[in-house]
Amino acid sequence: MITGQNLHFSYSSQKKFIFPDISCKDRETLLILGQSGRGKTTLLHLLALLLKPDSGEITIAGKPAAGLSPEQITDVRAKHIGIIYQRPHFVSSLTVLDNILLSNYLANQKQDKEKASHLAQQLGFADHLSKKTSQLSQGEQQRVSIARSLMNNPNVILADEPTSNLDDTNCQKVIDLLKRQSASIGASLVVVTHDQRLKDEFSNQVIL
Amino acid sequence: MNLFKISIANILEKKLNSFLSAMLLTLGIGMISLLLLLNKQLDEQFRRNIRGIDMVVGAKGSPLQLILSSIYQIDAPTGNVPLAEINSLRRNPFVKNVIPLSMGDNYQGFRILGTTPKYVEHFQAKIAGGQPHNASMEVTIGSKVAKVLNLKVGDQFASSHGLDSEGEKHGEKKYKVTGIFEPNGSVVDQLIITRLSSIWDIHDHEEDHEKAIEKKHSEDNAGDEENKQVTSALIQFRNPMGLLTIPRQINENTSMQAALPSIEINRLFSLLGIGIDTLRALAMIIISIAGISVLISLYNSLKERKYEMALMLSMGATRTRLFLMLLIEGLSLAVIGYFSGIILSRLGLWIFSRQAEQGFHYSLKSFTILPEEIYLFFAALAVGAIAAALPSLGIYKLNISRTLAEE
Repeated sequence: MITGQNLHFSYSSQKKFIFPDISCKDRETLLILGQSGRGKTTLLHLLALLLKPDSGEITIAGKPAAGLSPEQITDVRAKHIGIIYQRPHFVSSLTVLDNILLSNYLANQKQDKEKASHLAQQLGFADHLSKKTSQLSQGEQQRVSIARSLMNNPNVILADEPTSNLDDTNCQKVIDLLKRQSASIGASLVVVTHDQRLKDEFSNQVIL
Repeated sequence: MNLFKISIANILEKKLNSFLSAMLLTLGIGMISLLLLLNKQLDEQFRRNIRGIDMVVGAKGSPLQLILSSIYQIDAPTGNVPLAEINSLRRNPFVKNVIPLSMGDNYQGFRILGTTPKYVEHFQAKIAGGQPHNASMEVTIGSKVAKVLNLKVGDQFASSHGLDSEGEKHGEKKYKVTGIFEPNGSVVDQLIITRLSSIWDIHDHEEDHEKAIEKKHSEDNAGDEENKQVTSALIQFRNPMGLLTIPRQINENTSMQAALPSIEINRLFSLLGIGIDTLRALAMIIISIAGISVLISLYNSLKERKYEMALMLSMGATRTRLFLMLLIEGLSLAVIGYFSGIILSRLGLWIFSRQAEQGFHYSLKSFTILPEEIYLFFAALAVGAIAAALPSLGIYKLNISRTLAEE
C-alpha cells in the first residue's frame, strides 16, 4: 500500500509542483495520467523515495517515509518498492538472469534463481536468460524489467511510462502482465503515463 | 552474483580498453622486474667470481679487459707476461697467493685454462667424478662443459688455437679428461682446467720440435719455468696494506699492469647503471601511462554507465558498494598486469640467458620472486587503485533522480 498526501515539490522557484493526493491499497491498481511537463516522473520519484518532497507525507506499507535516514530509505526502496522505468535499462555487461538477480543482491536478499526462471517462464523470456540484455527486443526488455521489479516481492510496484515505447500488441501484453504479477504478490500497482491506450485498463485514475 | 562478478563482467565488456590498460601495465611491470632480475643476477655472478681476488696482473692494456678476461673469461686477454716477473711477486711480504693463468686455446668455444691447483682451491671446486688432472695434457672440466659437449672421464680431444671454436686445431697432441667438477656457480663451471705446462707443451711443440722433446723430461722444473710466459695472474694479499703499495709499484716499475677487480667492476656497473636507470625511468613512464589508461577508460565507461549506476543505486546499492565495484575493476587490471608482467620478465630472462649462454657460457637462471617484486606488486595495486578511485569518486556526487529522469 502506498499513499501520498499534500505533496509539494520544487526544482526552483519557477518550477513548482503541487500534486493531488494519491492512495493505492494492496492488490489495487492506480493510473496517473498526465501530459509531459506535468511532473509525472517527479511524482513517481517522490513515491519511489528518490526525491524528497518539500512538504507532504508518503507512507509505504503503512509506514511514513518522513524522518528516515538515507540508509533506511535505500533499504525501504530495495525491499518494498519495485520500479519499472520508461526505457528499460540494465547493467549491460551482465546477462538477463544476472540482471534479474541483481535486485536480490543489491537488496541483500538471497539470490533466488528458481524464482527468476519461474518469472522468466511466466513473462515469456525463459530462452533468453543467458543472453545479454542488449540482444533482446524492446518488448522483451520491458518484460525483463518487470521480472526484475518483482524479485524482492515488493509492496508497491511503480511503473514510469512502461508502455510508451511499445506497439499495441506489446503494450497490451505488458500491462496485462503487470496487473497479473502485482496481484499475484499482493502489491499495489501505480502506473504513471501519458499513454491514452491505458485509460480503459484502470478503474482508479488520477489526472495531473 | 557479487561485486567481483560484476567487476569482471564490466572488464570483459570493454575487452579492448581493458586489454590496453593491462598490456601497458604488463610492459611496465615486466620491464622493471626484468631489470631487477638482471641486475641481481649479473651482480651475483660478478661478485661471486671476484670474491677473494684482490688484484690481477697481466700485460699492459685496458684494466677492465684484464679483469674480464682473467676472472670472468669473457674478453680477450691483454697479452703475455714473463712468468719470472709474476713469480717475483711471491717474494713480496704482502702477497699471500699468486695464481698464474695461461689462456689462448679452446675446445668448442670453451676456454682451456692452464693454472696451478691453487686456482681450483680458490673457487672451491669439488670433483664430481674421476680424478683431478695430475700431469701435462690432462684436464678437469667444468660441469657445464661436460654437459654441453657431452664429455666423460677418459675422453680425449684436440684443442684449437684462439678463443673461439673456429681457431686452428692443435691436432698432434690431445688432451685427456681425467675429472669433472661439481657445478658450483662460479666461472669454473665453464672452463677446461689443466696445468700451465700443458699450454706450453702444445705451443712449444709447434714452435720447436726438439726443444719440446727435451722439455718433456723436465716439465715441472722451476728453473725452466723462468723463460716461460703466462697470460696473467690472480693475486691475493695477506693484508689490505698490499692494496696501497703493490699496484702502483707494478704499474710503475714493471712491464705489467695491475688491475683491482673491485674498482673495475664498480666502474663497469656504474657504466651499465646509466643504461639501467634510463630503462627504469622508461618503465616508470609506461606504468604511469598504464595508470592513466585505466583512469581514462574507467572515466569514459563511467560516463556511459551513469544510468546503470543510478539504476543500481535506486535498486538498493550503496554508493560505497559501487565505488568498491569500480575499485575492483582497477585492481583486477593491476593484478592481471602484474602477473603477466612477472611472467613476461621471466620469459625475457630466459631468452637473455640463452643468448648469454651462447655468447659467454654464463647462465642467468633464477626465476624466484625477488623481495623488490613484492613491493612492485603493491605499487601496481596502488596505480590500479588510484586510477580507479579518481574517476569513481563521481559516484558520490551522482544525482539518482536526475540521471534516471534524463534518459
